[in-house]
Amino acid sequence: MARVLNHIILGAFPERRKVTITVDGVPMEAFEGEMIAAALWAHGKKDLRYTKKHNHPRGIYCGIGRCTDCVMIVDGIPNVRTCKTPVKDGMVIETQKGLGEWKGGTGHEES
Amino acid sequence: MKKAELVIVGGGPAGLSCAIEAARLGAKVLVIDENERPGGQLFKQIHKFFGSREHQAGVRGIDIGTKLLEETAILGIEVWLNSEVVGISKDKHIWVVKDGKTSLKVEADKIVLSTGAIENSLNFPGWTLPGVMGAGAAQTMINIHRVTPGDRVLMIGSGNVGVIVSYQLLQAGAEVAAIIEAAPRLGGYGVHTAKVRRAGVPFYISHTIKRALGTDRVEGAEIVALDAKWQPIPGSEFILDVDTICVATGLTPLAELAWTLGCCFQFVPSLGGFVPDHDQYMETTVPGIYVAGDIAGVEEASTAMEEGRLAGISAAAALGYLSGEERERRCGEVWDRLNSLRSGPYGEGRRKAKELILSTEGGIACDRAI
Ligand SMILES: Cc1cc2nc3c(=O)[nH]c(=O)nc-3n(C[C@H](O)[C@H](O)[C@H](O)COP(=O)(O)OP(=O)(O)OC[C@H]3O[C@@H](n4cnc5c(N)ncnc54)[C@H](O)[C@@H]3O)c2cc1C
Ligand code: FES
Repeated sequence: MARVLNHIILGAFPERRKVTITVDGVPMEAFEGEMIAAALWAHGKKDLRYTKKHNHPRGIYCGIGRCTDCVMIVDGIPNVRTCKTPVKDGMVIETQKGLGEWKGGTGHEES
Repeated sequence: MKKAELVIVGGGPAGLSCAIEAARLGAKVLVIDENERPGGQLFKQIHKFFGSREHQAGVRGIDIGTKLLEETAILGIEVWLNSEVVGISKDKHIWVVKDGKTSLKVEADKIVLSTGAIENSLNFPGWTLPGVMGAGAAQTMINIHRVTPGDRVLMIGSGNVGVIVSYQLLQAGAEVAAIIEAAPRLGGYGVHTAKVRRAGVPFYISHTIKRALGTDRVEGAEIVALDAKWQPIPGSEFILDVDTICVATGLTPLAELAWTLGCCFQFVPSLGGFVPDHDQYMETTVPGIYVAGDIAGVEEASTAMEEGRLAGISAAAALGYLSGEERERRCGEVWDRLNSLRSGPYGEGRRKAKELILSTEGGIACDRAI
């Protein structure tokens, strides 16, 4: 896994602000706005969650928010699809075990 | 509750073409798409498109996408992004979740479903390991997120998606260890297959994967040869040293919303499986609900755009922006182009499959009582 810095058709890697996120308690550099899962894979972290029954690892499978393989605990909210959730400065991300634990926020607004 | 004349679910080539057509005819259109930017699969397609020149062959998917976005902007079409449609009731109330947290409702007169397709998976021991992924997922990673999924990739499936994504993985700096194909012949268009072969990627026909190796992530793949009856040949197994396994074994229409609306379906394997039944105006068996693009049968961006136009013309006519006569004339023009797209060795089968849908009444899961 590596970032594609210079692409023959797409050109140079888009300019983005460097930010710091925390992954399982360890600070990690990422780019603001990139998908969390992409940032983690670029750093070689491929096991994003472990299944409830057999404790098997899961990574990125569909990459477009359909399969839920990539769900993690983001800022206390479990089951967040990291392949389609952009990185924000200071985000706290945890590898999810089973169904995860609800650690705060309603995660939902009515309008 | 917000009201809209025409709501288009999914802003890929089909949805955007539909929006442009209907807006030009005067309809008030709202496009809802779950992504940060519309365009569907187009912004992943960095290769030059196949097809005839009048249908933008030779133009890269990303450039077609940019053009559609420009037209959408010029026409002032309302587009909601980061907005997922999670349900539609039979009285056409649409439930949207925006930014993953805000619930919104929209009431529509007409709805076009242009949600595209989803990749098929392939089950083999180890298929859930991190490192096994859809070829489309790999394509999204390299061309949108700009991260390679791994260093050495095995591609399963030699169809267009398999060979095109293989070539794009090479362009992104990954190595493609092999492309395997269970059938005794290759499946993709010649130009794309030849490009990957010239780059030195080995192809194995009549081969499949036996299992993925590794405990926490993919560390290899065991491959096996198949006999004429598609049965594994004992003793022919060998190991490929790969850290990524991409699955390119076809797509299935993404039609949950049509199922829950009670649309009738037909099973058409050559179009990807269950397809919402529709007429020549792209209207489903539920009045006022239309389909266009890969959801109406997995084909190509070129056909998706034409089907989007058909749905846009039909919905605008149903809303009173066009006379019946004018609708016939315009739809006829689109159909001429669709028939020419669906010709030749690759298109003919799809044309026949589509004709079957148009000529068959009903299908399964009918819920005509709504
Ligand atoms: C590797 C590859 C190469 C290809 N090469 C070519 C080529 O050379 N030439 C060609 O003509 N075609 C090509 N295609 C095919 C082409 O990309 C598709 O046929 C086309 O994109 C289908 O358009 P669509 O609008 O139906 O669906 P999509 O482009 O998939 O768009 C659907 C949109 O709807 C959104 N959506 C889905 N559900 C919801 C929901 N519930 N709420 C909100 N939004 C939703 C999706 O996120 C997506 O943005 C290729 C495809 C692949 C995978
Ligand atoms: S990888 Fe499938 S939802 Fe994220």
